[in-house]
Amino acid sequence: MSLGNRPLPSPDDPELADRASHWRSAYVHVPFCGQVCPYCDFAVVAGKDHLFSRYARALIAEIRSAPDWGPLDAVNFGGGTPSRMPAAWLGRILGQVISRFGIVEGAEVSLEANPEDWTPSRARQLGAVGFNRVSLGAQSFDPVVLSYLGRRHSPDDIVRSVTASRHAGFASVNLDLIMGSPPETAASWSATLRRALDCEPGHLSTYALTVEPGTVLWRKVRSGSRAPDPDRQADCWEEADRLCRRAGLVRYEVSNAARPGHPCRYNLSVWGQGEYLGFGNGAHSYRRGRRWENVRDPRRYVDTVESGRAPGRRHETITGWAAETERLLLGIRRRAGVRAGRGGMALWDSESGRRLRSAGVIGLRGGRLRVERPLLTDEVSRAILSVRPQDPSRSRSRKNSLP
Amino acid sequence: MSSRSLIRNFCIIAHIDHGKSTLADRLIESAGAISQREMRDQVLDTMDLERERGITIKAQAVRLDYQGSDGRTYVLNLIDTPGHVDFSYEVSRSLAACEGALLLVDANQGVQAQTVANAYLAVEAGLEIIPVVNKIDLPSAEPERAAEELARILGGDPADSIFISAKTGEGIDELTERIVEMVPPPGGDEELPLSALIFDSYYDIYRGVVCYVRVMEGALSTGERVTFMATGEKRDAAEIGVLTPASVPVHTLGAGEVGYLITGAKEIDRVRVGDTVTSAYRPTARVLEGYTDPRPMVFAGIFPTDGDDYPRLREALEKLQLNDASLQISAEFSQALGFGFRCGFLGLLHLEIVRERLERENDLDLVTTSPSVAYRVTRPGCKPDEVRSPADFPAPGGEVLVEEPWIKALVLVPPEYLGAVMEILTSRRGELGPINYLGTERVELTCRLPLAEVVFDFYDHLKSKTRGFASLDYEPDGYQSSDLVKVDLLLNGSPVDAFSAVVHRQKAYGYGREIVARLRKLIPRQLFDVPIQAAIGSRIISRETIRAKRKDVLAKCYGGDVTRKKKLLARQKEGKRRMKMVGSVEVPSEAFVQALQVRD
Repeated sequence: MSLGNRPLPSPDDPELADRASHWRSAYVHVPFCGQVCPYCDFAVVAGKDHLFSRYARALIAEIRSAPDWGPLDAVNFGGGTPSRMPAAWLGRILGQVISRFGIVEGAEVSLEANPEDWTPSRARQLGAVGFNRVSLGAQSFDPVVLSYLGRRHSPDDIVRSVTASRHAGFASVNLDLIMGSPPETAASWSATLRRALDCEPGHLSTYALTVEPGTVLWRKVRSGSRAPDPDRQADCWEEADRLCRRAGLVRYEVSNAARPGHPCRYNLSVWGQGEYLGFGNGAHSYRRGRRWENVRDPRRYVDTVESGRAPGRRHETITGWAAETERLLLGIRRRAGVRAGRGGMALWDSESGRRLRSAGVIGLRGGRLRVERPLLTDEVSRAILSVRPQDPSRSRSRKNSLP
Repeated sequence: MSSRSLIRNFCIIAHIDHGKSTLADRLIESAGAISQREMRDQVLDTMDLERERGITIKAQAVRLDYQGSDGRTYVLNLIDTPGHVDFSYEVSRSLAACEGALLLVDANQGVQAQTVANAYLAVEAGLEIIPVVNKIDLPSAEPERAAEELARILGGDPADSIFISAKTGEGIDELTERIVEMVPPPGGDEELPLSALIFDSYYDIYRGVVCYVRVMEGALSTGERVTFMATGEKRDAAEIGVLTPASVPVHTLGAGEVGYLITGAKEIDRVRVGDTVTSAYRPTARVLEGYTDPRPMVFAGIFPTDGDDYPRLREALEKLQLNDASLQISAEFSQALGFGFRCGFLGLLHLEIVRERLERENDLDLVTTSPSVAYRVTRPGCKPDEVRSPADFPAPGGEVLVEEPWIKALVLVPPEYLGAVMEILTSRRGELGPINYLGTERVELTCRLPLAEVVFDFYDHLKSKTRGFASLDYEPDGYQSSDLVKVDLLLNGSPVDAFSAVVHRQKAYGYGREIVARLRKLIPRQLFDVPIQAAIGSRIISRETIRAKRKDVLAKCYGGDVTRKKKLLARQKEGKRRMKMVGSVEVPSEAFVQALQVRD
């Protein structure tokens, strides 16, 4: 992924962030899991592995019938647990994606894997079919936390899976961590971070545990079990920020840090309001100002595709002011910020914008709107959703006085 | 005009839910005034709100033609009375229009404080009282016990009570016969100049003010020029009539009769309950006794959550005023809440009703400040001032005489809760009066209290400490000087006028601690630390800090999440709409009332 002899841009480079808006990416959803984790609200299923081949054929059919598009900058297999599926199937699906759209040189081809499935032989097989990045669901190095999160791997499995990825030639390895679960202590989180960073991943995601409605965790919390404490999660976030920086990783988004050359292209593209096509049950697509979602149930997805119908539904048109606010909502999550533009200036001049400025939550530099206190990003998001377009004559005159 | 000897004017005195409206329905039905099919349940409660809350706000009158067992046709005028403590003046005017009263008690719950208070009013007004025990069809009914209690209150015999079930109709015929037999026909002389009592009125958008009158002397005829004696207003009697319950115009209402009068007046304020209507050309020399100006007891600020709604709020309040002479409004400006109104109410229920109607009928989001009373403040060498808002209360220091309104309260409670009730009353600065046992099941307790101690959550508290068994009635009992101080509240260093409260000096510290602790819970964390302080003058008596919010961000926002997360954020944003910006602090609308709730 190196760009010749030019130095690699920092993951939070504004130019990189803006360039990502023009990238094309594809997302392939693989819903199968050994068991559903208690906090997970994705479109996943457990115990339906017998659907593998039908599902894979449906994916291939859906990809084949996709409209023409240019070559892809990023391909991402997510789930679920893509690594559960036989390598041969994954290879055929990826092959279909590449033959249908083409792929740019140095494109990111990523998949998600669970440490317990990610054996040296699987890593080798999947490296061989064309994947060059793996995102490992490590979650924690504390067995107590792993058990609370319903994960079946051990801390050592994580280390082994990272080594396996390296040996198989994966150019980029990401570790996903979940922070601030109730049984986790500050010391345990620090230890998890240290052990994760000792693996020297190119990319590290640190997600605050979120209680999503309808999940097993949600039912537990509703019936009196301890909920994650946001203040403790803030402590965790600060600790992650500190240790990542010390290890040479740059936090380029609220929950993501990477070394130069390793930011996730697929995600950069989404946050830059780039276009993407999603395949598989529950996958979302965004193209030409339209967004839609595939049927969520894997069984129904397979039936729909097999009967020759399009699985997309809930089409939304995102144009005009809606597109502008969405550009901001996504863009402000990045450390590079977002070009202020029409919406950013309307926010800056609004009553809530003034409040956010005086509290040091937002800043404007070089025409870019940035969230200076990333943990309060949603305060900014809600303010963005409540601003209205400014009178164009006002915004024109305002332009001259841009800082 | 009906022969006076065949007229019976009576009302029903009952506690909320003891079945007054159902009994009224049954009486109307048995007189054949309205067919079953066209009868909405509980005809007398016309406003939706009244139906929902099971209470009657505005009295009305229905005329029933009843075929007596003696073969004669009697005219029964059933005059409805409001059933809540706030409306005791209106009750007294309704009683003045009658010769008899049914004292209705639930066989299950027995006598309640209001029933007693109103029964005493009826006795004082010289009414013939018929004790009635209702709901005898309920399995848990104890009609004998209720009859025993009624006998003690009225000084009669338990055997005087009639047992009925308004629901099933059992005993209704016997009751109607008893009304004919016991309630005396009205007196009055038709040759004397007209005097008629207005015992209720309401505003109709098509016809203007409609008032209910009882002709005491003389006769009232259509087209006649009449004078409203308290206000001096002169009008033509454009239409007079009776309600059956449909309105039926008549030419004349003679002495002893009950009906309605429409003059085309548009301002309800000119046609006051309790006023005397007389002939403009041949006025009576005798104004009917008992009239008083409507006098609000409780005051609260009402503000729109969104300042742009101020004109709509004004319009809505003015509309309510058309129908409610006791609702007083004056414009008010609060530094914290912007433009709004200081409103005067008869009592807490009245406040609640007005607030609910404003929000429901006008789709307004409102902030209501904590209710307070009117203090009388006398500065040296000046005339007394009436202070209706804590914000206007004088700062400490200086020779200022402060007086507050007191009430005389009557509480009825089973003996096992007597201790709990006495504790509540004394903790609220009550001066306990005599205790009177009504049988073995119930005690009547009298007490003088500062009104300010009662205006907020007293009734709820009384109910919860007695498992719902206590009942309360009260009447004003003059002003009395007190050692009161204003406790101010500072949010982020700036005083918030809407949170100021006037409290007794001895309670000021406890109050300050309590309100600060409560606000710390009610106000969500902000983008910065927010100190909350309570102060008397410049002296801080309590302080806490709301720590700045640290984390408010979704962990993930990827392609598949955008639509869903946007919806989630939009919902959260809607929640913020109910927040009021006070300086730079976002305060939930409910906090303005909840913060000032006293707990013993």
